[in-house]
Amino acid sequence: MLEVTARASTAAKKPLLQVRNVCQHYQTGSGEQGPAVLDKVSLTLNENEIVGLLGRSGCGKSSLLRIVSGLTKASDGEVDYLGRPVDGPVDGVAMVFQSFALFPWLSVLANVELGLRAKKIPAADARRRALKAIDLIGLDGFESAFPKELSGGMRQRVGFARALVVHPNILLMDEPFSALDVLTAETLRTDLLDLWVEGRMPIKAILMVTHNIEEAVLMCNRIIVLASNPGRVAAEIHVNLQHPRNRLDPEFRQLVDKIYALMTKRPEPVGPGRDGAFPGLGFAMALPQISTNTIAGMIEEIAAEPYSGRADLPALADSLQMEIDELFPVGETLQLLRFAEIEEGDIKLTPAGLRFADAEVDVRKKLFGDHLMAYVPLAARIKLVLDDRPTHTARSVRFLEELEDYMSDEYAERTLKSVVNWGRYGELFAYDETTETFSLENPQ
Amino acid sequence: MLPRFVAFASLGRKALPNQYDLFALALIFAGFIAISHISGGLTVPLEAPESTVTSLDVRNLPYYALRTTLRMFAAIGASLLFTFTYATLAAKSRRAEMILIPILDVLQSVPILGFLSFTVTFFLGLFPGSILGAECAAVFAIFTSQAWNMAFSFYQSLRTVPRDLNEVARGFQLSGWQKFWQLEAPFAMPGLIWNTMMSMSGGWFFVVASEAIAVGDTTVKLPGIGAYLALAIEQKSIGAVIAAILAMLVVIIAYDQLLFRPLVVFGSRFRVELTASQTKERSWVTQLFTRTQWVRALMRGPGLMFQNIALWRLELPGLRPRALEAAPRRNRVSWLIDALWLILVVLVTLWSAWLVVDYVRQTLSWGDLREAILLTLITMVRVVLLMALATLIWVPVGVWIGLRPALAEKIQPLAQFLAAFPANVIFPVAVVLIVRFALNPDIWLSFLIVFGTQWYILFNVIAGASAFPNDLKEAAANFHIHGWDWWKSVIIPGIFPYYVTGALTASGGSWNAAIVAEYVKWGDQTISAHGIGAYIAEATADGDFPKIVLGVAVMSIFVIMFNRLFWRPLFAMGERRLRID
Repeated sequence: MLEVTARASTAAKKPLLQVRNVCQHYQTGSGEQGPAVLDKVSLTLNENEIVGLLGRSGCGKSSLLRIVSGLTKASDGEVDYLGRPVDGPVDGVAMVFQSFALFPWLSVLANVELGLRAKKIPAADARRRALKAIDLIGLDGFESAFPKELSGGMRQRVGFARALVVHPNILLMDEPFSALDVLTAETLRTDLLDLWVEGRMPIKAILMVTHNIEEAVLMCNRIIVLASNPGRVAAEIHVNLQHPRNRLDPEFRQLVDKIYALMTKRPEPVGPGRDGAFPGLGFAMALPQISTNTIAGMIEEIAAEPYSGRADLPALADSLQMEIDELFPVGETLQLLRFAEIEEGDIKLTPAGLRFADAEVDVRKKLFGDHLMAYVPLAARIKLVLDDRPTHTARSVRFLEELEDYMSDEYAERTLKSVVNWGRYGELFAYDETTETFSLENPQ
Repeated sequence: MLPRFVAFASLGRKALPNQYDLFALALIFAGFIAISHISGGLTVPLEAPESTVTSLDVRNLPYYALRTTLRMFAAIGASLLFTFTYATLAAKSRRAEMILIPILDVLQSVPILGFLSFTVTFFLGLFPGSILGAECAAVFAIFTSQAWNMAFSFYQSLRTVPRDLNEVARGFQLSGWQKFWQLEAPFAMPGLIWNTMMSMSGGWFFVVASEAIAVGDTTVKLPGIGAYLALAIEQKSIGAVIAAILAMLVVIIAYDQLLFRPLVVFGSRFRVELTASQTKERSWVTQLFTRTQWVRALMRGPGLMFQNIALWRLELPGLRPRALEAAPRRNRVSWLIDALWLILVVLVTLWSAWLVVDYVRQTLSWGDLREAILLTLITMVRVVLLMALATLIWVPVGVWIGLRPALAEKIQPLAQFLAAFPANVIFPVAVVLIVRFALNPDIWLSFLIVFGTQWYILFNVIAGASAFPNDLKEAAANFHIHGWDWWKSVIIPGIFPYYVTGALTASGGSWNAAIVAEYVKWGDQTISAHGIGAYIAEATADGDFPKIVLGVAVMSIFVIMFNRLFWRPLFAMGERRLRID
């Protein structure tokens, strides 16, 4: 908790939204309850504030947003909106989607009107309100256009207009700018903030999900940092900078650095064999899909000037143009393979990592294979099975089914795919896609 | 003349009808008149002279063509109704899905023509003495050739509605009815329209086949091109056969221009795509319509009405969708219901199978079964050989055309048109040739099997070759890949998924065509080849129902096995490994 001074005006009022001890679970392949996605998450949303949910992929921030909006049900815990429990989509909560989610067969105007017309608001009223929302969000002149004729930024403006037209109390935003290019995203953010600061939007509070630290600091009054695996509230940070905020302001930079450090803090060891970064233990660790080229590239980048083996993560993210959602999994994979260590917002290569950076291709592959065997239990397991069998082959279904006992189908498949790619690069084993079989021999 | 029309339009008065209105109104009224003219002929008694085709007078052909077309539309209407109900039910209810989808899958592979005799008997019994029974039977035959395919497409679309759009609909609390019309139906539209069009193309074949049927002693000849053709064959009039072919040509061109093209244009707006597509479908009928003033104004009323109906909430108490989708944790009760349901399904299946076996067993012996299997094998060899031959011819041709965009643009509509043209209209010409030159029917009749279906291979291969990425083409040229290597490593893998799609359709159609193609008549002469198609056709002519059931059952099993063991794996492989995205 960095800055504890909440705004006096909001403290007195009744909260708009209260989330108490919400839990959510994955579904494993057999349809049973798997590991937790969200673990006892509590948060409060008051009037006149923008709250950001910041976390990396897999921390359940999108799940949380869907629970808040009433689109999915939590396995446990309560969500109250204006003191009443949420048990389905509620009036007064509207959502803006990362993918825009516009109906391609409806014009801009019809898209914006749809929410009103569905509620049987008279056509004339609906038209008037829709035109007003379109005007507000800067879409004048595009009323009759179809979504596919619009650029990404314009499409997301339609997404905003559609959400605002129903006059919600709470606007939920699910990474609303992350599908846009840098310039467009910045324009849209500024426009939205202007409307918010001037009080021209018919909304009382915004809850937004983001994986962009700077975006959170730029927009939010309060940032809730979620830790992953399972998702839980790691910290709550108040941002008391005046709008419009300046990214180059030392205070702004300081806050960004602090959040980086917070998010890369080593989790306390939970048990033996646990590597912290990825969900699941040992064999059943869910792995991200990171290409070996990215791994090698990242090691080289950190080894080279100006970092010389130790890099500040915000600086690295900036120079590589990567958001934390892309950067962290790479870093954590390096950490898992013991090629690097992450601490307090810095990433530092281990001696093995430095050796990798200097080595030739064949040596690199050998080194990578050795580390894979030593630190990724699934890879070691596959190799062991192959060595044991007289035929030296094994069907991949065998491992997939085992993984599905611990994680969702999707994660199991992704994990296996990663191991296949890493194993191929480290020349631990070969894999034939057509027959879905692992073997020890490479094709002649 | 043209300048005056333009002057008339440029008066600038928007309310005035323009020249396009004139064209459009003429088209529409012609349609109305045609329909009212025909509807009188639908309820005449079976014995009335106008209930059948008695003369080969060419002047009657336009009327017959209209009757044929109307049957077609009645069937498409029924198919749409079926699609919207059956597929929706299958997509929304897990338990219904468990039986509805496998049934659909089997129905798709069953040779429909074999059942014609049953449906005719059934519908004639339903409307005794009236021609309506026979009409229903014909419409039903066409329906069965279209409905499964359409329902499948719709079901698949309903199951793949994008998640985020679904969340928007739920977030705005759209009722089930609203969600269906605002989200699900529009999303399914492009696929449904395309499949409807393909089904309709296939349907012409069945409408021709089902208009003139003789089951045992009952002979039905419904006024239509198919019956006219049958009479021409009976009377050995080659002139009338050619007249029928020409009439069919006109009908299909009209159908293509007035319906197919406008619908494809209409469907393109429902496509979920991120960028406006480069190639825009065009249709002069659509352009004509959008330029009219009055006609458009006339349509505005119904359009608004539909929009309002689509926005009804229509929430029935008790039928409201559950407000929240809890993580579907299956509890014990639900599990038990599932188990009971499954047992019930299995029991009903076994019982039905027993009924069939019992029915066939009463008059037929193991010898008949052996014969049916043998004949089916012969037909299978025929289908396989002919498909191989069609592949050898049309794949190179299709690739050659597809790699030349300007040419492909011209040929593609022609190939689609040929696929829609009912090949059985051409059969008599082939029969005349076989008779004239005393050719071996076992060999020469075989060609009729793929005569109508080979075009599916052609236009799919053209589509595949047109879509082949230019950079791969250039890479192949750059590395000097020529000759057989080029075919083997470059173009064949590139068009493979398209080829399989076309060949799958063609193969299914060929089995059906076998029933008509292996047993043909010219006057009092009958020419038949050895095969299960001839077996079924002969049994139909004799009214020998147990034999029909046996023949169709054996054939269905073969077709299903053929699809499952051969085409599906190929299709899956193409999708998995060779799809270029």
